[in-house]
Amino acid sequence: MRKILASLGTPRGLVVAVLLLAMALLPVIAQVLDQRYLLSVSTRIVIWSIAAAGLNIMLGYGGMVSFGHAVFWGIGGYAVGIFAHHGVHDGWLQWPVGIAAAMAWATLIGALSLRTRGVYFIMITLAFAQLVYYVAVGLEPYGADDGLNIAGRSQFSGLIDLRDRGQFYWLCFALMLATIWFCARLANSRFGLVVRGAKSNETRMAALGFPVFRYRLVAFAISGGFGGLSGLLLANHDAYISPAMMSWVKSGDLIVIVVLGGMGTVFGPLFGTIAFFVLEESLKPLMDMASKGTGEYWQIVFGPLLVLVALYARGGLDSLLGRGRARSRHRG
Amino acid sequence: MAEALLRTHRLVKRFGGLIATDGVSIDVRDGELHALIGPNGAGKTTLIAQLSGQQRPDSGRVEFDGRDITALDMPARARRGLTRSFQITSVLPEFTALQNVALAVQAHAGHSFRFLANARRDRRLREPAFAGLELVGLGNRAQILASSLSHGERRQLEIAMALAGEPRLLLLDEPMAGMGPDESARMVDLLRSLKGQRGMLLVEHDMDAVFALADRISVLVYGRVIATGTAAEIRADPEVRQAYLGDDSGT
Amino acid sequence: MEYLILQTLNGIQLGLLMFLLAAGLTLTFGIMDLVNLAHGSLYMVGAYFAWTFIAWTDSFVLGALLALPAALALGVAVEMVVMRRLYARDHLDQVLATFGLILFFNELVRVVWGPAGKSVALPSFVAGTIDIMPGVPYPAYRFAIIVVGAVVALLLAWLVTRTRMGMLIRAGASNRRMVGALGVDIGLLFTLVFGLGAVFAALAGLMAAPILSIKIGMGDDILILAFVIIVIGGIGSVKGAFVAAMIVGQIDIFGRAYVPDLLKTFLSAAAASSAAPAISQVLIYVVMAAVLVWRPTGLFGQRS
Repeated sequence: MRKILASLGTPRGLVVAVLLLAMALLPVIAQVLDQRYLLSVSTRIVIWSIAAAGLNIMLGYGGMVSFGHAVFWGIGGYAVGIFAHHGVHDGWLQWPVGIAAAMAWATLIGALSLRTRGVYFIMITLAFAQLVYYVAVGLEPYGADDGLNIAGRSQFSGLIDLRDRGQFYWLCFALMLATIWFCARLANSRFGLVVRGAKSNETRMAALGFPVFRYRLVAFAISGGFGGLSGLLLANHDAYISPAMMSWVKSGDLIVIVVLGGMGTVFGPLFGTIAFFVLEESLKPLMDMASKGTGEYWQIVFGPLLVLVALYARGGLDSLLGRGRARSRHRG
Repeated sequence: MAEALLRTHRLVKRFGGLIATDGVSIDVRDGELHALIGPNGAGKTTLIAQLSGQQRPDSGRVEFDGRDITALDMPARARRGLTRSFQITSVLPEFTALQNVALAVQAHAGHSFRFLANARRDRRLREPAFAGLELVGLGNRAQILASSLSHGERRQLEIAMALAGEPRLLLLDEPMAGMGPDESARMVDLLRSLKGQRGMLLVEHDMDAVFALADRISVLVYGRVIATGTAAEIRADPEVRQAYLGDDSGT
Repeated sequence: MEYLILQTLNGIQLGLLMFLLAAGLTLTFGIMDLVNLAHGSLYMVGAYFAWTFIAWTDSFVLGALLALPAALALGVAVEMVVMRRLYARDHLDQVLATFGLILFFNELVRVVWGPAGKSVALPSFVAGTIDIMPGVPYPAYRFAIIVVGAVVALLLAWLVTRTRMGMLIRAGASNRRMVGALGVDIGLLFTLVFGLGAVFAALAGLMAAPILSIKIGMGDDILILAFVIIVIGGIGSVKGAFVAAMIVGQIDIFGRAYVPDLLKTFLSAAAASSAAPAISQVLIYVVMAAVLVWRPTGLFGQRS
């Protein structure tokens, strides 16, 4: 507790505290302001940041550019959707299965892709995600290209009603906090240090006696598990699933978020998700203000913005909050 | 001296048409400092790579402590007590000196599938790591990022990392490469202080250091061992004189 | 038998189109070590250029001939403004920046050409069919694609193996610094190679235009296929890209041609025909995974 209070003195601690407080009160704020849309966007932010935190384990701490992370959204989402389609709404069943399936798939593709390096790794993770995407496109019983409407939300023995937007938001928020807490612990655990060490110098870690492959594989599985969790929340939020939720552009969005927020940082994924949504929501009206009707073309500004981030701002938003630890660059 | 701790049987490694290692059979005894010398391109680094498990020989065998370890990879060999340092400094630049050594301690402490407890504050890792830094003379540099250490300090850090796993045999690939005279002298002192506790195979170009430190010396020329013996024997060996000491790169 | 020949030709035609796309990609990968996700955008913009110039000149050939230098100019501009700042960066920076470029180009096309797709009519002189064997007609336009694709492939092979630029390209792929040290203007070489890749991509885009339709994002999915091709073939290897493009082309066509029949044995006809294209795509990725398990650097890739 004292530690938490002490951290309030730092810019990061203060920003995080204010941010989390606002997020915790968001359903109330949305109600007072009568802004249902605000609550919906915020729910998406919270859900996306769980997946981003998962990807951050791979990308930020592990230095492995997984370009297929949206596939875990698909797996988690389809787990909920397919169960619901067959009349099974029990979340106690849907959710563990969804997360386990995501972790299992992560382990399988990890076992194959972690044998490769650099560009090959990027491409093979992308290709495996495409594979699942096309499997979903071919799944005629579950809507193929058009996707599937989900008739009922996941049910948890009546403990919580996910149809209630406020309750659903708070559940997502709690899960996000748990995810961030877990990732923060993980980063400084023995396991986390091995994964980070392998990012820094893989050969050295092997020479010390670490079978790097195994640790990366487990990191991949954990990372995928959070993706799966995020995906089943997303399916519950949208009451709809489709192959589009795991298109490769979504995987690109996730990478953008993690880099934007600050790779290998505890709150970076959350900052990045908020920035991503805020940019999307604000570029439109801003551009419309500048010249009416141009708002729908917001990506014509967002695209070059990403180029600039890649070129000049790799520390991400987190580094703006000071204590910018030396972060050297490594190829591939 | 005791039984051979590390022994190779006719190791052969080819790269295309080039034979880098041509039937090398050497041994390192427990507690011995065995130096491997030879002109550039003699195949020393390739030999170290095969001993450490970084490369596989095309034929031949590597035995460690009486067991055939030819098929084991680098991590597996390290866990059995055969560790190496690198010719080109290889540390974790984004970690502090202490964390570098702590990871080496951690590697030795068993598996690292522990996900929640904070390893940075783990005294079982920190204390041995700090002791290791003290041993190589980096005790006051513990909290410095490895990337900010001087070249000589990084080489010392490498030794500390290699030692932290309490290896039974240490492969040292040119630990003095790129060092100034003062730094070299300190490294010689350090290596001398380590002698007798474990087997060491030292690859080094600095002949003064080699002849001062080694119990035995093997001379590698064009992938072959042309002589093995004490410093005096090597100095007197006519073939060595001709093939190696004769052509200026020696003493 | 006839059906088999036609499908094989379709596979070759698709393979050659994808080879054109993959060739530029594998060169930029191999020489500049650059992950260029925006390569598909050049394919798309190439097709839109062609549409504009064809409408303008009222001639497919003239329009195509004007679109290629325009694509070259665009490629050179993209290289000079963005890409050359990325060569020294790590792959993540490159992924991020070129992902941004995709968003930019997709939106730019929407602004310039509007959200609706465009179609290009088949040029009249290749609108019919030709007999590739007595009594076996084949669409003349597809045949023309095969001819053009084959000619360009040969041209590229000649360029890479027989010319000074090709020598530099090959040397640069294995040792960039050396080529620079030999006094070659490496920056110019990179710009040229990138521009060449843009021309090939645009050529693929404009040739595909009459069969597929021109639309926003048309380069995105085919880009992934091009990546799969260069990964199967081995990054940096033009020969590998060719072989892999042929393999992928055949898998795609035969997957679509024969999988539905196969599926109909245990699925309804409707379900089978909707699942088949997806399955032929899946097959491609399975082949890629198998190749990478067998050879982690692709069929013709350099072993590390």
